[in-house]
Amino acid sequence: MILVLLLCILIIGGIMAWVAGKWHDLASRIISLAALTIDLILLIWIYNSSAAGQGNWWIDYRMNWIPTLGISLHLALDGLSYLLLVLTIILGIVSVLISWKEIKDKTGFFHFNILWILAGIAGVFLSLDLFLFYFFWELMLVPMYFLINIWGHENRIYAAYKFFIYTQASGLLMFLAILALYFIHGRASGMYTFDYEQLLGTQISGPVAFILMGGFLAAFLVKLPVVPLHNWLPDAHTEAPTAGSVILAGLLLKTGAYGLLRFVLPLFPSASVSFAPIGMILGVVGILYGAKLAFAQTDLKRLVAYTSVSHMGFVILGIYAFNRIAFQGVMMQIIAHAISTGALFILVGQLYERIHTRDISKMGGLWKQVPVMGAMGMIFSMASLGLPGMGNFIAEFLILTGTFKASILFTTIASVGLVAATIYALRIVQKVFLGKTSTDWKISDLSIREKFISAVMVIVIIYLGLFPQKVITTAESALTKTLNSVENTMPVTTNLTKPAP
Amino acid sequence: MTREDFLCLTPLMIIAAAPVVMMLIIAVRRNYRIIYGFSLFAFIVAFLSVFYISGSVPHSISPVFIFDGFSLLFSGMIILASLLVTVLSHRYLLYQESEREEYFIVLFTATLGSMILAAASNFVTLFLGLETLSISLYILVAYRRSRGDAIEAAVKYLVLASVSSAFLLFGMGLIYLNTGALEFSRVAAVLKSSEYSTPLLLTGFSMMVVGIGFKLALVPFHMWTPDVYEGAPVPVTTFIATVSKGAVMAVLLRFFYAISGFSNHNFILLITVVAVLTMFIGNILAIRQQNVKRILAYSSIANMGYLVVALLMGTKEGIAAALFYIVSYMITTLAAFGVIALLSGKDNDADRLQDYKGLFWKRPWVAAVFTLSLLSLAGIPITTGFMAKFYLVFAGINTGLWLLVISLIVNSVIGLYYYLRIITTLFSPANDVAFPKVSFAGSLVLWLVTIGILWLGVNPEGAIHFISGFAGF
Repeated sequence: MILVLLLCILIIGGIMAWVAGKWHDLASRIISLAALTIDLILLIWIYNSSAAGQGNWWIDYRMNWIPTLGISLHLALDGLSYLLLVLTIILGIVSVLISWKEIKDKTGFFHFNILWILAGIAGVFLSLDLFLFYFFWELMLVPMYFLINIWGHENRIYAAYKFFIYTQASGLLMFLAILALYFIHGRASGMYTFDYEQLLGTQISGPVAFILMGGFLAAFLVKLPVVPLHNWLPDAHTEAPTAGSVILAGLLLKTGAYGLLRFVLPLFPSASVSFAPIGMILGVVGILYGAKLAFAQTDLKRLVAYTSVSHMGFVILGIYAFNRIAFQGVMMQIIAHAISTGALFILVGQLYERIHTRDISKMGGLWKQVPVMGAMGMIFSMASLGLPGMGNFIAEFLILTGTFKASILFTTIASVGLVAATIYALRIVQKVFLGKTSTDWKISDLSIREKFISAVMVIVIIYLGLFPQKVITTAESALTKTLNSVENTMPVTTNLTKPAP
Repeated sequence: MTREDFLCLTPLMIIAAAPVVMMLIIAVRRNYRIIYGFSLFAFIVAFLSVFYISGSVPHSISPVFIFDGFSLLFSGMIILASLLVTVLSHRYLLYQESEREEYFIVLFTATLGSMILAAASNFVTLFLGLETLSISLYILVAYRRSRGDAIEAAVKYLVLASVSSAFLLFGMGLIYLNTGALEFSRVAAVLKSSEYSTPLLLTGFSMMVVGIGFKLALVPFHMWTPDVYEGAPVPVTTFIATVSKGAVMAVLLRFFYAISGFSNHNFILLITVVAVLTMFIGNILAIRQQNVKRILAYSSIANMGYLVVALLMGTKEGIAAALFYIVSYMITTLAAFGVIALLSGKDNDADRLQDYKGLFWKRPWVAAVFTLSLLSLAGIPITTGFMAKFYLVFAGINTGLWLLVISLIVNSVIGLYYYLRIITTLFSPANDVAFPKVSFAGSLVLWLVTIGILWLGVNPEGAIHFISGFAGF
């Protein structure tokens, strides 16, 4: 029940924020913040209550929704979804805070959209009924579309269309696959249901499994995104308002990774094993291609957007390495990337508020003017390039260690990505904050509110870098379950997870 | 005729008697408000009478009518939709200087025709209903005759509808020639026992397909739709898009399932081609339109394309999916056209895309309803359109209609583009144009359909269960 409550608070909070926005801007901001804070408190309470870490699911809630068609309102929480849920709420709070000054008109509707996107994302992370999952998957598109379309930058309408149509088209393919799975399972077992746990053991013949997995992959690889399906991302990220970019990079992309871990691998283990080499190639290509394009950008926001493509390459590489260490790395990468890239987007947003351009060539030498902002830029660029001591380092190190056992070749190529990351990250610092002053900007440094947001992000990213164990332990059992489902179908001889002698 | 027969005819008789009473009222005293009030009253009474007779079905008045759950469901929907159209027409007619009252008389005869169609079990009844409906529609389409495009639309509709009726009639004649029967059930029985596909019989069926295809605006018989939708008064467009299409679909479903058309390979091929063409052409032509009524016209063409997929399923579930789809399509279309009707001014209908610029910031509530209805047409969750499309795809996959299902999915994506175009316009920065105020009755209609869209979208279990009970003939 508490899981339904989590979602209801966001949904009702969104409606209240909208209504309150007609009355006063501040009211809708405070309502949104309050709703998110209550959710955060509930989440902390869940962690501390005895339920956490017990059994398969910490909390398992099921209620009939459309029993005629075998659809139920089945929500469940385990370590994986718990971490992502916490991330969702924290980034939600951050998004509301950074929009405090940036969003001045139509505030009520803005916060409605933010909270409904978060509700959709939280629903995706909690659903254990495939129909419900798809329902939430689609639900988050519409408010995101509005967010880009109404509060975005110059080219927002094009970007919003592109985002919506890419994700909707790929989502529908997944929908077909879900339905096909439903009928295959129903005909084999006589039990027609969309329930995840029931569908898990479905026996599907090779080629059919491959087609069905393709449907799921379409949705998740577009969201993640994987080159060559990444085309919507730079536009959407660049044109969205800062809060939108933070949510896109920090959360929306993660739903793709989550989908792979939660659905694709356990539902289609043997097809996944055969797909693994392709998955790893896609990962490596993404890492290098994203890094190269990031380096070539002159629009600062677009640059940060392409770093996401590169970082998400590590995620898919790690997932298809199929071993424990790589999975732990993926988990870390999901969280660390959300924080570090989110922080970079926030920084770009703050710069844009002050100098009204995102063009790197017009920046330079800003450190003298805004030392605090410069320091933040430095820290998060370092996080992005994977400096030891930050969460991203742990993540990428674990992923590469893990993949090394699966494929030495891919690991070697992927490591080049780290060098490329260094180049683009240092370029940000050099061109924006150091170097020659190209325009004589008169701007103010971070305000207390902005400092507070940045400080929280810095603390989180360093905490992740120094004490990653907490995250790893929390997700451990969920990831092991996913891993086991794949390993059971693998040929015994490969034995990828055993440590090398 | 027995007492039972009369009982079952009650709704039809109320709807048929109302215009007569109204003519008498007009003869005594011409007063718009009285006629308007009486229309509402008559529709409500007729609607209640549907519940009154629900205990005595199924009952057939052979050989012309059959009253079963299926026809009752449609009768209820038709009356309810006509009631809402009446409310939407109210202010629209006030803009007209003279002869407002007769509009409602013709609206009643059109409703009567639709109800006859829903209960038809015989070629003669089918044709009678269809003509009663069509002839009423000629008048309704041209009702604002001071406008040039109304006449153009009406003439176009008149000529094409007459031709299609002729096709239909000729087709029925050929089938009668071969089977010697006019009743659906007897035609089916003859078809089962004898040689199915003599050339003449096939010609007859093809001609019927032309006639019905025209009424449903299936490609390649769709040309009239955008012009008529654009030229007709908005409430009439609403009526054509909801009531008239729903009624024709009802009789088509009944006839097609009676003759088991889904198991004949000629029909399968024919319907598949028509459905795929209808979906693609409807959606693709909608993309470049600048007129909201035309966009919705093409969208309704595409929707009929989705709906005929249900003809080929041949299962009870398929009928249930089609019924749910029709219910949800009617509610959604009522919402979309309702907004257009309520925003239309004295001189012009609010039908250009730019008329809607910034509506959301001026009239957030009306724009929200419009957005919701467009999202429902596009099949996005929390709206009934999502559930309807889901149910249709669900039933389609269950019966292995992969080609049609995939074509439906592809078209959903194409359709999304032009729905988003309207939504984007609604949310773009506002001009200085003032939007007309929405009347109390009008907003009541919008509330009703909004609740319908959301309720069926979030909690369809009850409706699916309810509708499945009617999914049989």
